[in-house]
Amino acid sequence: MATFHFDFVGPERTLYSGEVEAVQLPGAEGEMTVLPGHAPVLTTLKVGVITVTETAGNGKRIYVQGGFADIGPTSVTVLAERAAPIEELTPAMIDKEIEAAELARDATQDLARREALNAQIVQMQEAKHTLSL
Amino acid sequence: MPSLKDLRNRITSVKATQKITKAMQMVAAAKLRRAQNAAENGRPYAEKMAQVLGNLAGNLIGGVGAPRLLSGTGADRVHLLVVCTGDRGLAGAFNSSIARLARDHANRLMAEGKTVKIMTVGKKGLDVLRRQFRDQIIASRDIRGNKPVDYPFAAEIADDILARFEAGEFDVATLFYSEFRSVISQIPTAQKIIPAELPQTDGAAKGAGSDAAMEFEPSEETILETLLPKNLTVQVFRALLENAASEQGARMSAMDSATRNAGEMIKKQTLIYNRTRQAMITKELIEIISGAEAL
Repeated sequence: MATFHFDFVGPERTLYSGEVEAVQLPGAEGEMTVLPGHAPVLTTLKVGVITVTETAGNGKRIYVQGGFADIGPTSVTVLAERAAPIEELTPAMIDKEIEAAELARDATQDLARREALNAQIVQMQEAKHTLSL
Repeated sequence: MPSLKDLRNRITSVKATQKITKAMQMVAAAKLRRAQNAAENGRPYAEKMAQVLGNLAGNLIGGVGAPRLLSGTGADRVHLLVVCTGDRGLAGAFNSSIARLARDHANRLMAEGKTVKIMTVGKKGLDVLRRQFRDQIIASRDIRGNKPVDYPFAAEIADDILARFEAGEFDVATLFYSEFRSVISQIPTAQKIIPAELPQTDGAAKGAGSDAAMEFEPSEETILETLLPKNLTVQVFRALLENAASEQGARMSAMDSATRNAGEMIKKQTLIYNRTRQAMITKELIEIISGAEAL
């Protein structure tokens, strides 16, 4: 099967780079799966899990907390500030993030920011749920 | 005329100093390698970010809806200087050259009748700038000891800058840091971060990968608005990484020449010591001989 190049870049290091068959991304407007030859799209990501399929039935899962993806026909690049391979992640870590977000939400007076943080908390809870499955 | 014991003490003390500078040089070399690696690893993120932003902003620049981070406030009255230095000295001219660049910049702006506010990162910059600009320093923070700079720390600084910008505390922000060229060459640099200066993408580069057919989710403006604050963090992070590498490089070459100087001094002192010793032996011999002749 055809492949394309997938880069997953964090600010401190490159977390993943290689040829893959498909990538599933938690896009801002819904989950999307990218296959080779995808139309160019630039999308922001929400909190969730990126599933990378290297070959059929063989892949990797990476947890991201926001970021964005630059999708082109021959390559996909994801830029994310906070991410971890799923093996390194425990529900306790997400709990900690949720707690921090809740504290930030309670501290802020700005309604729009409160909304955004609320949405983020819900997304993190969902991610935690998928993780414990 | 110093006694033999004084000379011996002096030589021992210089030798001890030489050991310290030698050790510092080696530590700096090891840290430099780590700092260079960190800078290298951070590059893909910064490059991609700049590329995407360049493409996005190219379409929006000068437009009515352009975000303030990109277009500025429209005024040019209050300037914020973000001065990044190290926490420690003994690194040659590293700290002072950054501080000097910032000071010259501030003096020039003030001569033009503009208001200058200063934010320092790193103890040494604060120490130097406090002398002249005590009342203009609005915030300062340390690099927290030996820890290598990480992204959350840069995010903290960038958030602080952003909050002050939103509050209308300044119109233009400039970042001061030292760009790492090589171990012997670090160049103090001033970079304007608000309004953002983006690399100009010409038509040719644009047509290569991302054409006009690019789609955006949610919308171009929303993405740009989320990216610009992130870009600020990336710029600060890059500056801190460059600074870390420059500091270690500067310390390495400073300690190298210190070690060499100590070596020269030891040679000189040993020569004096030996001469004095021989002179004393000769003197004693003369005393004995003339004593014997007198009998």
